Amino acid sequence: MATTTLAPGTLAYPRSRSRIYEWLTTTDHKKIGILYITTSFLFFLIGGLFALLIRSELALPGIQFVDPETYNQLFTIHGTTMIFLFVMPMMTGLANYIVPLQVGAADMAFPRINALSFWMVPLGGLLLFSGYALGGAADAGWTGYAPLSVQGGTGIDLWIMALVLLGMSSVLGAINFIATIFKMRAPGLTLLRMPIMVWNILVTSVLLLFAVPVLTSGLIMLYIDRNYGGGFFDPAAGGNPILWQHVFWFFGHPEVYILILPAFGIVTEILPVFSRKPLFGYKAFVFATASIGALGFSVWAHHMFTTGAVYLPFFSFFTFLIAVPTGIKFFNWLATMWRGQLVLKTPMLYAIGFIALFLIGGLDGAFLAVVPFDFHVQDTYWVVSHLHYVLFAGSVMGIFAGLFYWFPKMTGRMLNEGLGKLQWLLMFVGANLAFFPMHLLGLDGMVRRIVDYEPNPGWTELNFLSTIGAFTIALSILPFLWNVFITLRGPRNAPDDPWDGNTLEWATTSPPPAYNFDSLPKIRSERPLFDLKYGLQPAHAAALPAGGTTHDKPPAPPAGDSDEAHS
Amino acid sequence: MTAEGQVLTMTHGEPDATALPEEQGVNTALLGMLLFIGSEVMFFAGLFAAYFNARAAAQPAWPPPGLENVVEPNIVVITATIILLLSSVTMQYGLTRIQHDDRRGMNRALLITLVMGVTFLSLQAYDYLDLVSTHGFGINSGVYGTLFFTMTGFHGAHVFGGVVGISIVLLRGAAGQFSAKHHIAVEAVSAYWHFVDVVWIFLFSTLYLLK
Repeated sequence: MATTTLAPGTLAYPRSRSRIYEWLTTTDHKKIGILYITTSFLFFLIGGLFALLIRSELALPGIQFVDPETYNQLFTIHGTTMIFLFVMPMMTGLANYIVPLQVGAADMAFPRINALSFWMVPLGGLLLFSGYALGGAADAGWTGYAPLSVQGGTGIDLWIMALVLLGMSSVLGAINFIATIFKMRAPGLTLLRMPIMVWNILVTSVLLLFAVPVLTSGLIMLYIDRNYGGGFFDPAAGGNPILWQHVFWFFGHPEVYILILPAFGIVTEILPVFSRKPLFGYKAFVFATASIGALGFSVWAHHMFTTGAVYLPFFSFFTFLIAVPTGIKFFNWLATMWRGQLVLKTPMLYAIGFIALFLIGGLDGAFLAVVPFDFHVQDTYWVVSHLHYVLFAGSVMGIFAGLFYWFPKMTGRMLNEGLGKLQWLLMFVGANLAFFPMHLLGLDGMVRRIVDYEPNPGWTELNFLSTIGAFTIALSILPFLWNVFITLRGPRNAPDDPWDGNTLEWATTSPPPAYNFDSLPKIRSERPLFDLKYGLQPAHAAALPAGGTTHDKPPAPPAGDSDEAHS
Repeated sequence: MTAEGQVLTMTHGEPDATALPEEQGVNTALLGMLLFIGSEVMFFAGLFAAYFNARAAAQPAWPPPGLENVVEPNIVVITATIILLLSSVTMQYGLTRIQHDDRRGMNRALLITLVMGVTFLSLQAYDYLDLVSTHGFGINSGVYGTLFFTMTGFHGAHVFGGVVGISIVLLRGAAGQFSAKHHIAVEAVSAYWHFVDVVWIFLFSTLYLLK
């Protein structure tokens, strides 16, 4: 299009620097988004290799490949990498690219702080992994429970520094998103017309803003205990090791919503587009998201039922309460698909996979809210299974849904559908094969974070099955890498709006010019681009049964839309 | 936009963060600072939680036996507290001066605030030395010492951050970069300084008065 060919002429300075220099110093939200996505994907591959080592060791009873100390480091670095260096920066990267486009802005509110937030991520990763060069990486688990984490080696100090740095990156990123969403929205884009992705990023950012600093303060306490003779977690000095769990989970529970809410956002963008219907119950969905965020701060101690230091009925009740807004979301998703004209392209398959598998993860999480049941399965593979159903089958399915959905916007190229579907199938089967047997092992009492296990009846078979599943997941990544490789070498074949989308990012070119938009469509609803293409529809007209039984003639434009635009 | 036009907007005074013709509600940069202060509140909340957790579980008493009379609101601490509280007043006075386009008045007020901030830090350092040398009370004197030095130490670090911020704003003020319309950096630093002050009020009440 004309806009992209004009873009080089509008540069303030002639391009004398190299392309690499340009990427290293960029403050453009789209380039920073791509930097986030590629960096975190590399960490995903590294964390995945660690997972394969763990599962290889656990394939059979006995110690075959790694010694216990190495194993401890493996699961610690695997967890920390996947959470802090993969899912969080990946979501930040997708949001970095998409949120300014969806709110019709030219960039984030603070572009240079945005670049700073990104560059803290590789530095944090370097700190975390440098433990391997400096006498052993952290080995106290990603939760770093005291007093074990007070006693461990140098790797834990580096783990603390890495997490403090990554936390700062997240807090600065969160401030940036909140300021962007509140101050940079296009005219007419009221709060209740924002795309659901933007809503979810807003709630996620608020959670980050208030949860991460508490982890930072806990990490600093741990650092002081380890290096300056502090007594925070030392009962002999009047301290209390349970304090670490309180501080960690006060961060840690909002953190799990930080990891899953962006995936909710992605899936909720995709379902209406590929069901050819508006989202069912937009406002209910928004309020459900906000209440999940708020309730997230009142349930941290459900990770601590067995400590005997928390008031069980309170935390059990509030944990169950979270099932209500989550249930509302499931209702929204299913009702959006209900009688829609489903288009089963790869993004939609990932979205459906997300709904199916996140439901399993959500249900076995609700089991854990039952105090006596939790006592039984505390620290067993039931918890590992639950965590991976929500974070792998949930967040990662959501991430791939988003990658396939927005890849044409980011690169101007369509990913191959056949390879995408093959990958989806392998990943769906692999996830269930890897993580479902863990339910049974957990019920049977197999404890997590141990290098070996007893050859009890059934355990070897279930573990072996789980290992096959893990390798199937790894196999599913190969078609993706090949897909990205051949697509990026191929021609620019993506139109501006390949999926017939609803939101503003599809109103510009693929990829967008540096300044994003030449002009914006009028924003009268949460689907401005749909309105532009098909005319403004009265709310929920298309939500009624498809097939034209109620709306054979095109709906008349609503009379009162001019005063609605000012609301 | 021409190349010259871009260079001009980049170097001239306060850049308009939103590039919108008219700003509504809170300024974007100030909103960023307020959100950052929100996260800082949660950081100190974590430390206060640790304090009350240790205090609630303390056996047989709090402060621990032998340390009852170490952390006292002596003349040094009370002087430091009064100076920090008054520095919030001078900071706010500086902000009102620039709102009335009085650059010299703002610079004077900022300089006084800066001196007060540095004085607070010096008095805190003196108090630390006194605690360590005369009472042998340090960060490794049980959880009581750890809490005292961590909480006041991180507050001191934030005062230092504020001092750096005031210095930058003062330099920019001396270069004549602020006016009645453009002084968002002064407002942001002022908000941060007030926050640091409020944290000290809570710390002083908790550590010195409530014991």
